[in-house]
Amino acid sequence: MASITLPWVQRDTEKLSNYREKAIRLLAFIALAHIPIILGAWFLLDPLSTKPADLQDSKVLLVPPLCLGSIGGMLLFAGAAFAIYAYELIGRVLSAPWVAFIIFIGAIFGIVIGVWLHAEILMTVQRDWMPAKETSVIPFVGIEYDHTVQSIYQNNLEGKSVDFPLIGAISIDTPILAYLMFPLQFPLVRDLVAVGGIIGFISLIPGFGIWWERKVAGRIQSRMGPMRAGGWHGWAQSAADGIKLAFKEDYVPPGGDGVLFRLAPYITFIPPICAFIALPFATAWVFRDLDVALIFILAMLGIEVMGVILAGWASNNKWSVYGAMREACQMVSYEIPMGMALLIPVMTAGSLSLTGIAEAQSGGFWTWFVFVNPWCFLAFFLYYVASLASCKRAPFDLPESESELVAGFLTEYSGFRWSMFFFGEYVAMYVVCGLAAILFLGGWMSPFPASSAEWFIAQANIENGMLQTLVKSLLAANPIWFILKATFLFFVQLWIRWTLPRIRIDQVLYACVQVLLPATMVVLLGNTLWILGVSENGLNLGWLIAIDGIINKILAAAGVLTLVGIVGIAAYGYRNNKKLVGWLAVDQLPGK
Amino acid sequence: MAPEEIAEILKDTFGASITDTEFESAHPRVVVAADAWPEVAAFLRDDDRLQLNFLRSISAVDYLEDDKFAAVYDLASYRPGKTDSDAWALTNAVAVQVWTDRNDPHIPSVAHVWRAADWHEREAYDLMGVIFDNHPDSVEGLNGFHPRRILCPDDWEGHPLQKDYAFPMEYHGIPAVTELNQTRPIH
Amino acid sequence: MADVILESQPDINADLSSDQIQQQDLQTEEMLVNMGPQHPATHGVLRVVLRTDGEMVLEAVPHIGYLHRCAEKIGETVAPYQYIPYTDRMDYLAGMNNNLAFAQAVEKLTGLESEITERTKLIRIVFAELNRIASHLVSFGTYGLDLGAFTPFLYAFREREYILDLFESACGARLTYSYITVGGVTDDLPERFVDITREFLDYFEPKVHEYNLLLSHNHIFIKRTANVGVITAQEALDYGLSGPVLRGSGVNFDLRKQPGSGYEEFDFNVPVGQGEKGTVGDCWDRYIVRVSEMLESVKIIRQALDKLDGTEGQETLHKKGKTLKLPADEIYYEIENPRGQLGFFVRGNGSAIPDRVKARGPSFCNLCVTEKVCEDVLLGDVAAIIGSIDVVMGEVDR
Repeated sequence: MASITLPWVQRDTEKLSNYREKAIRLLAFIALAHIPIILGAWFLLDPLSTKPADLQDSKVLLVPPLCLGSIGGMLLFAGAAFAIYAYELIGRVLSAPWVAFIIFIGAIFGIVIGVWLHAEILMTVQRDWMPAKETSVIPFVGIEYDHTVQSIYQNNLEGKSVDFPLIGAISIDTPILAYLMFPLQFPLVRDLVAVGGIIGFISLIPGFGIWWERKVAGRIQSRMGPMRAGGWHGWAQSAADGIKLAFKEDYVPPGGDGVLFRLAPYITFIPPICAFIALPFATAWVFRDLDVALIFILAMLGIEVMGVILAGWASNNKWSVYGAMREACQMVSYEIPMGMALLIPVMTAGSLSLTGIAEAQSGGFWTWFVFVNPWCFLAFFLYYVASLASCKRAPFDLPESESELVAGFLTEYSGFRWSMFFFGEYVAMYVVCGLAAILFLGGWMSPFPASSAEWFIAQANIENGMLQTLVKSLLAANPIWFILKATFLFFVQLWIRWTLPRIRIDQVLYACVQVLLPATMVVLLGNTLWILGVSENGLNLGWLIAIDGIINKILAAAGVLTLVGIVGIAAYGYRNNKKLVGWLAVDQLPGK
Repeated sequence: MAPEEIAEILKDTFGASITDTEFESAHPRVVVAADAWPEVAAFLRDDDRLQLNFLRSISAVDYLEDDKFAAVYDLASYRPGKTDSDAWALTNAVAVQVWTDRNDPHIPSVAHVWRAADWHEREAYDLMGVIFDNHPDSVEGLNGFHPRRILCPDDWEGHPLQKDYAFPMEYHGIPAVTELNQTRPIH
Repeated sequence: MADVILESQPDINADLSSDQIQQQDLQTEEMLVNMGPQHPATHGVLRVVLRTDGEMVLEAVPHIGYLHRCAEKIGETVAPYQYIPYTDRMDYLAGMNNNLAFAQAVEKLTGLESEITERTKLIRIVFAELNRIASHLVSFGTYGLDLGAFTPFLYAFREREYILDLFESACGARLTYSYITVGGVTDDLPERFVDITREFLDYFEPKVHEYNLLLSHNHIFIKRTANVGVITAQEALDYGLSGPVLRGSGVNFDLRKQPGSGYEEFDFNVPVGQGEKGTVGDCWDRYIVRVSEMLESVKIIRQALDKLDGTEGQETLHKKGKTLKLPADEIYYEIENPRGQLGFFVRGNGSAIPDRVKARGPSFCNLCVTEKVCEDVLLGDVAAIIGSIDVVMGEVDR
């Protein structure tokens, strides 16, 4: 009988160590190759001792890429070479729980705080350093810009100190900061920095979201979830999965449509990211503050569906076709109630701009649209249910329902393409939750009215400008609030997924077309009439305004009670972690 | 109702078709001639006294020395209690044995009497080779129609539970791993 | 009928030829889909060929045999006490009940039954009922899984773990026990077994209410299962269904309530499908019968444990079990397995090795109703129906 050999299973350790040495040598060589560039640039430009005022603009432009960039590049390659050289040591260090914890928390908050600080710096520069509009043209690029580095430096020399939120007021006489600030005056550079921040945040969402989903699922199911990868509570599980997926076989089913099969993940993956173009994190914290941001985001989420349908069609698999058909059915039924539910806060705020809608809710948590009148309250839940369907999340996860359709449209996908679908799905989840947070939960507004920050500063007698800025941004409006609210709604999606069974396809269509759609119509009409009755320009009915006020207070109180209840139950459960509570109260577990 | 009484009723109704009875056994049974078996089966199910409405099992047995197959039908009567909440009772139970020639094993199917017989007969054909005529799920083979196989693949040769069955050494190029012909698994 | 399906499996991409589109504008094409043998909802290697029109399933033909291991042929080559481990492998979720059925069939055939001690009988009942709970827990959990609820599955396995620990303490095995054997049980109960089992029952009983809150009375779950896959009492009897599937159809029949079952002195109810959420005999009824049966088993175990205290010191393993000669006679004996009536037909020929062993598997008999029930249902309902019938493929294929 012929014996079967599996050559790809046999590992040649000698060969592998050769590869490792080669990689180290290559990376080290690239790192060393930076040194002449650094030395040459330093010699030519002499950034530390030369005053920026003496430099030509063209030379100033060369300083960041040549001097600073090549130092960064050298460190990067040297670090990579070291990481390959000492991977065992790094693994041991990373497996210490506290190191992992610091890295994990640092990664989450680092980017958020970094982007926040960066935006503060940008605004400060705009405010303090560029008072006079001078325009000149960079000779060889031809881009218009506001300032030369000389003028920036001149302003600085005139004794205008800069008030940074955390560092405090400083005056700068070393030119390095001026070099760093200089490129920021070009809109293109500012856009690139903003895109970097957004992409950084987006790339955290699936990694954190998948890890968190698994931990939440674990706790709901009275188990731990991932605990190994990375050390502290399996924090590196998503990264480990990502690496594994990237190395899996790239399989395209024979007989399927290869082009569409390869195209589909991108069509699912890119639109949710594009939605972040218009999704504001706070006032001025938005890549493009579109007037029709809401419509734009809805359109982007609508395109995502095309990728799923293409994936199902191109897979040459009947289960995939079922998944695609279900997604198509589901889309036509949930899009309309979802869009109509979103019109209600638009109508209440009188603006299609997301920034405008959020700023209409800045007077404390009782002015959030979810509490502002009963129709908006209903609209919030209608929108949330429709948004679950739009993200293919349980109980509406029919396109990929694993117990009915194997994996639906994902059946034939593996490896990196498969992970792109998940990337897109988690980003889309965050987008719909962010929309709900902006439209109904006050967006980046804190639960306290904007005046409370002034009141607190006066009461606490804070004179330091840095601290005042900090208090104002935390108590009034801050992207942290937006992220907190959106993340809470994201958590509710996970919670629902691990609690409820799946709905059948006819029930989804029934729920969306025959329940949600009429309900949103009624709510839309009710909200219209309510606003007509309440608003000063409308009927201005005194009795309705009184009822409106009472209902507003009741709903707000109910919302606070719900949150307190959830937190209370969670705290009670946490305190009784090792014991069984409620009906299940027994003194000990059997046999222990 | 005891099996003896059921046998009496059957003998009164069908006479010579009830060829034998066996009540000394731990498995009291009535032997019915193969030709009359569908009529007897319908009578067993429909008669008000018997109402054997539940077919528990069909066991095909190979009597190699006698050159015969037997199909043993275990029947039971489940009857509701007086009110809805009362437990149903197993009032009658009897086994029916049908003999057939080992070289030309044909027994009429009773799948139209008890639907449960459908899969049991397919299994009995598949494993023992007893051909149940007029089975609702029949396919045409070399020797006329027979029930479709159920456990073995459709192109399997032979019927494994026969006493003189020889295991094939090979199936579609897959060698059989037996104690005599041990092929080592591939490492 | 079904052969036609096997022979003509069209390629879906070939369905939409331009000629057909021109002929009939809004004609929908029927599609044949293989559900299984590798499918998450078929609980093993069951293959169901579905003839579908969009989401509608017009016909579902089950194909079995992927796990066929000649269990009956093996029975003709080994002595009964050697065959006990093979019965474990049939319904691997209820090994104790399978051991019990075969052991009792052989004991009845050889007349050893009269020599089984009271303690042995009680231990057998305790273990059979514990295994019934364990088996129904899997059934309950995987049914939730079939309908997309992942969490009940892990709750069920958490509790099942305790039962498996109890089994492990008694016989050392967690899945294939071979504990109940011909002539008794292989070993007496370990120390503190009765106390720990009582603790487990105290812990377990309220859990069933938790399951009901989590899954049984969940609105979506009821919508998915009520009025789906209705089997009337007449159909159930006609198709030879048994166990929770039969009782879910409103037939109050349980072999444990029949005389001679060994359960005469125990006080328990037989849960029957009432059509509480829909029609009698729908998936929800079959499901809730299983959940309620777990509570009834708890009752039985409590009573059996109380009785066990008075039987200290009795012999649990009869030495004759290993040297039995089977008479030249046959027997057909059934017990109530978690999935239904498990019957063994054993024919001896005077030697120690039986002439014929035939197992009437409840899963096998229950599965044959699939074709009838899965007519004109939705694709999602097929998973719900197969899950509610609760088959174990190890027993279907044997």
